[in-house]
Amino acid sequence: MKKVAGWFKKQNKYFLVGLAMTGLAVVLGILSFFWTPYGPTTMSAAERFNAPSFRHVFGTDNFGRDIFSRVMQGIGTTVIVSSLIVVISAGAGILIGAITGYFGGILDEAIMRVTDAVNAFPSILLALVVISILGSGKQNVIFSLGIVFTPSYVRIVRSEFIRLRDADFVCRARLMGVKKLRILFVHILPNIFSVFWVSVTIGFNNAILAESGMSYLGIGVQPPDASLGKMLSDAQGYLGRAPWYALAPGLTIVWIVLGFSLLSEGIRRKEASKK
Amino acid sequence: MKYLVKKIVTLIMTLFLVSVLAFLAFQIIPGDVVTSILGTEATPEREEALRKELGLDKPPVVRYVRWAGNVLRGDFGESYRYSKNMNQMMPVAELIGDKLPVTLLLAALSMILIAVIAIPLGVFWARSKNKAFDVLMNMGTQTAMAVPSFFLGVLVTYLFGIVLKWFAPGGYVSYRDNFWGCVRYMIFPAISVAIPKIAMTARFLRNSMLMESGSDYVRTAYSKGASERRVAYFHVLRNAMMPVVTFLGMIVAEIVAGSIVVEQVFSLPGIGKLLISSISTRDFPVVEILILYITFVVIVVYFLVDVLYRIIDPRISNK
Repeated sequence: MKKVAGWFKKQNKYFLVGLAMTGLAVVLGILSFFWTPYGPTTMSAAERFNAPSFRHVFGTDNFGRDIFSRVMQGIGTTVIVSSLIVVISAGAGILIGAITGYFGGILDEAIMRVTDAVNAFPSILLALVVISILGSGKQNVIFSLGIVFTPSYVRIVRSEFIRLRDADFVCRARLMGVKKLRILFVHILPNIFSVFWVSVTIGFNNAILAESGMSYLGIGVQPPDASLGKMLSDAQGYLGRAPWYALAPGLTIVWIVLGFSLLSEGIRRKEASKK
Repeated sequence: MKYLVKKIVTLIMTLFLVSVLAFLAFQIIPGDVVTSILGTEATPEREEALRKELGLDKPPVVRYVRWAGNVLRGDFGESYRYSKNMNQMMPVAELIGDKLPVTLLLAALSMILIAVIAIPLGVFWARSKNKAFDVLMNMGTQTAMAVPSFFLGVLVTYLFGIVLKWFAPGGYVSYRDNFWGCVRYMIFPAISVAIPKIAMTARFLRNSMLMESGSDYVRTAYSKGASERRVAYFHVLRNAMMPVVTFLGMIVAEIVAGSIVVEQVFSLPGIGKLLISSISTRDFPVVEILILYITFVVIVVYFLVDVLYRIIDPRISNK
């Protein structure tokens, strides 16, 4: 118990608030796979457009469905989709960034030109192009955004590998005849994680914003999968009658994104104070 | 001069690459355009005739060369979906030309809002010694940056459209009929695009100014008797604006992206709406040109910012 309290004392405010906000969202999202207060698709003609109350915390929608349960499900989808996007893009980013950064040469040049071009592009537009080729749906959203966000990780990982490739400990490992692959992923990789975590948390933000934006436009996650962006666009037609219907999914997105940006700010400050 | 030539060559190369990708990407996709236009019931002869008419019977490379040649000559092809009249399809150029001013107006208004609000705000923030104001601004900008533009659009619609009734949601007036009426309506989508960027720019400018205020020239200015006000506006701001100019240039790409989504929220008939609907109806000639066009704008803006930066700060070229 004391250990836990000590750990909490060492963290800065940004990190703790961010952790609490994202933690709550992730717990609610995962919980939604097992339990929600009401059935997310249970309709009730008698309870259409109920304002938020103790019975329905976020109110009910045009079909009398409980909005809180639907938001929980939406968070669940968002958490899964954005985690997979981050895993794909960060994984590919590490692989490509490590190899190009460490070895350099013509491959490095070529890949840097491509990442420059991709970075210059608004991410949602690029995802739209990929989606228009593959068609919409959950898997395609994950795949297309996974590709779109890869270059941002490539850049960061590559510059870290360039910084470290001639460090003393790497030179020694090389002299001792350590295999190249081992140098890359066992010797250098653990040293870049402090920088890497910051970009992972920012990556979550971008993934969540892009995913909900695409769902809002109707080309992202498709029903029956719940999605906060889709809920928001459904709610827009009833803005005058039931503003809470739109506010609930919207504020939830803001909550999660804010949580992740505080988390990344917290990590950044923690690393800065270490140096 | 050598630098300029090199930059222009890369610019053209990038555009060429994007055009190849934009064109070829839509050739390899599953699903036949001909079937989607005619339906599955059409006779093979009719399908063959349409294929020939659209030039789809030639190999992709031949089609690319022909397409790129036409684009260079200003012929952007015809839409598969929109018809002009009974026996003619809508030329893509006309389709885009009609919607482009809407998006450009939205982007311009957003950019003006950002410049007019963010710069004074950032300066004021940097100069303020008030701790409470600093905390408030810090939290406010953090939150503003976390709001997705489409939700901001919904909030703006609710607040200004439904509660305050300053505009009629969905009541877009065409710029052709009533330009000022159109601007009046467009202010609200522009606010939705601008708010997160205002927060970003103000934060950026403030940090840039605080960084500059530790410089030697600031100390010198103070020691020569310049007032705090004079130092802030004539010395620090001029130097702190340099990175901000680049930053504003970088934002252009995001404003374009933001407008695509926000156009949907306010049902503005701009190129964003056209792009989304063309993607869902698989109207590829339109999608290809739009991608090419947006890339062109983004790359040219980056190029101009780069050149401008070198003009403002000649030290860059020596590095």
